[in-house]
Amino acid sequence: MKPKNQRLVLVSAALVAVLVAVLLAMWGLRSQASFFYTPADIVSGKARDGEAARLGGMVEKGSITHDPDGVTIRFIVTDGKAITPVIYRGIVPDLFREGSGAVAEGRMEHGTFVADTILAKHDERYMPPELGNLAAEHKTGKTLEK
Amino acid sequence: MIAEAGLAALWLAAGLAAYQFLLMILALRSNLEVARPMRAVAVVQGGLTLVAFAMLLLVFARSDMSVALVFENSHSAKPFIYKVAGAWGNHEGSMLMWVTILAVAGAFLALFSRRTTERTLIAGLGSQAVLALGFYAFLLFASNPFARLFPAPMDGQGLNPLLQDPGLAFHPPTLYLGYVGLSVAFSLAVGALLTGEVDSRLARAMRPWVLGAWILLTLGITAGSYWAYYELGWGGYWFWDPVENASLMPWLAATALLHSMNVLAARGALKAWTMMLAVIAFSMSMVGTFLVRSGILTSVHAFAIDPQRGTFLLVLLAIYVGAAFTLFALRGASLKEGAPFELVSRESGLVVNNLILSVILGIVFLGTLYPLFVEALSGEKLSVGAPYFNAVAGPLALILAVLVGVGPLLSWRSERRLIFRQLRIPALLGLSALVITMILAPDIHILPRLGFVVAAYLIAAAVLPLVGRNPLRAPLATWGMVLAHLGIAVGLTGMAANAAFSSERLGIAKPGDTLSVGPWLVQLEGVTPTAGKNFTAVEAELRATRGEGAVILNPQTHYYSDPPTETNESAIRTFWNGQLYTVIGKSDASGGWQLRLWWKPFVTLIWAGGALIAMGGALALLGRIWRRRRLSSGEWRRKGYA
Repeated sequence: MKPKNQRLVLVSAALVAVLVAVLLAMWGLRSQASFFYTPADIVSGKARDGEAARLGGMVEKGSITHDPDGVTIRFIVTDGKAITPVIYRGIVPDLFREGSGAVAEGRMEHGTFVADTILAKHDERYMPPELGNLAAEHKTGKTLEK
Repeated sequence: MIAEAGLAALWLAAGLAAYQFLLMILALRSNLEVARPMRAVAVVQGGLTLVAFAMLLLVFARSDMSVALVFENSHSAKPFIYKVAGAWGNHEGSMLMWVTILAVAGAFLALFSRRTTERTLIAGLGSQAVLALGFYAFLLFASNPFARLFPAPMDGQGLNPLLQDPGLAFHPPTLYLGYVGLSVAFSLAVGALLTGEVDSRLARAMRPWVLGAWILLTLGITAGSYWAYYELGWGGYWFWDPVENASLMPWLAATALLHSMNVLAARGALKAWTMMLAVIAFSMSMVGTFLVRSGILTSVHAFAIDPQRGTFLLVLLAIYVGAAFTLFALRGASLKEGAPFELVSRESGLVVNNLILSVILGIVFLGTLYPLFVEALSGEKLSVGAPYFNAVAGPLALILAVLVGVGPLLSWRSERRLIFRQLRIPALLGLSALVITMILAPDIHILPRLGFVVAAYLIAAAVLPLVGRNPLRAPLATWGMVLAHLGIAVGLTGMAANAAFSSERLGIAKPGDTLSVGPWLVQLEGVTPTAGKNFTAVEAELRATRGEGAVILNPQTHYYSDPPTETNESAIRTFWNGQLYTVIGKSDASGGWQLRLWWKPFVTLIWAGGALIAMGGALALLGRIWRRRRLSSGEWRRKGYA
């Protein structure tokens, strides 16, 4: 190849790479991204059954119950406006507790949020950014931020 | 006084960085004589940041609660090692560590770089000073680590017990060294673009820095992955968490740079391309820092939102990246391309490598930032996780792994032999892996199956560059390459085995009960209370058997009082063919305990692969340094990349 052609080939290869990356990413994001909802969003019907989603809010005080199998827990997530029941099979994370912020990953099924993963605040100052406004609204920021 | 001394050192260092920048401008506009003090200034600047960082370590070691940062992040009851490590386990401290490494890297560049022309070095040091200057401003105006509290509180607020771990002590510094090592490649590239001296000498000057940074990033990512694996107790080794992606993106760019740099060093080709990658690699480091430090993305690691800091970092990022790309746009086109090469040649092979790595980088970048774009544009909140990254980047990574076996067999400039003949044995191995997994494990998912196939092929293909020659006479760099490529095959085997054959068991057990997982029978012998230095704990005694002899595992749950938290400490037992991973959860009213058990066949190969890749890098680095000593520069040039 002549140097001039070589450059042309390289530049077009780079452009193709960028294009391919963008197209692949768009295709993947369209099908795989999961939306974040609060209980209020769920009540208003934003989350479709079976679609990957995340649910965030406070774990309502006194709402955690254990099933007889010992590893399934149920609790209620609230954002102060609405509540959503959550069911989760597994060991809850280290920092999960009532009155604290939590994010559940999973999907809605018949009015209950079935969680695959539960994220709780990880750092003493950490709070899922989505909950930032919530905390301010409900004066629960103290317990969250400690 | 200690804190004030640290702050003063920081101000002085910032002043020197400004002076260094001024020197560069004057030198490039008039003559190089002006910049004679440049090297000395860079060294003193590096020394001052070391002083500032030492002062920070000292206030943490002494638990000086009158310093706000110590009060917020430390506690007098903490073990000493974690008091010291706590210095960089928080926002301000880690930013100070970042700028310290940046300035010290500049000092080392000033002391040891003899490969580029004086002009390019001065421009590079000026660029390094500008980088440091921005971060000094960030520390001094938006995140002063030495701010005092009055009156001084009695004791600190502690540190998250999850972060009281040897992982914390070494993981961030390793990653930061890697991130910031790339700053030197960035600065040298900017310097060379300013002076127009983009040539193979520049590539050789960059090489040890990129190689060193890349080794540390590889180690940092591997160690971080293992840390998350045993510490989080979730049994996973990679979560596609934004913070993990923040370290993966610079690694991908550095890997591409590492390969294209060799083309520039050996053949003088791919000039503009390599400069662009050098700019991108450090830009990715800064993007990573921005993502982690601004807490802008939802992440299990993210810190509290602080708009002021986030904005500051974003502006810095925009200025640096914008300036570098503008410079590139102005100068890149005027660079003369070096020696031509044909379509089938090692150069082309490395271009393909770079293209695929860039596409993967783009995919990770878009996936990580997509939630941010969407929220900014529509206010909708969403997250992008493993399903996206695995489905989109996974197949590309497999294709790349196939090509890894081909590239090193090609010769420079033009390849006219039929290299596919050499690949007969690897291809045969891959095929047999396909047949064997089809027969023995017909139900596994397509991606892990392809993983086995590619890994089997690559294990043989990776060593081909050593076949047909006396391996003892092969250069160390070749050995390094072979080892690193083998590491890919080993890691891939581990990932495929983990994805295909892991078994998990979640259950509740009373003392005496037995649960089964994979080939194992695990009996809960009992649960006893115990205590550590700053926590109380319960410890389970698990007796695991599979046919012959039994092993005892002791997973724990720790309870900390300051702040009140609990952590699950997994107990892991490693065997030659896998790991038994056990976690104890909560107890229920009837005296049963939650147990989570995994049998993960060959999972350790994942990190062994990472370690091999890093070792390959280390061998290559050693080889370069050793050869450079031995060969005169003329001989070096003739032999080129080996």
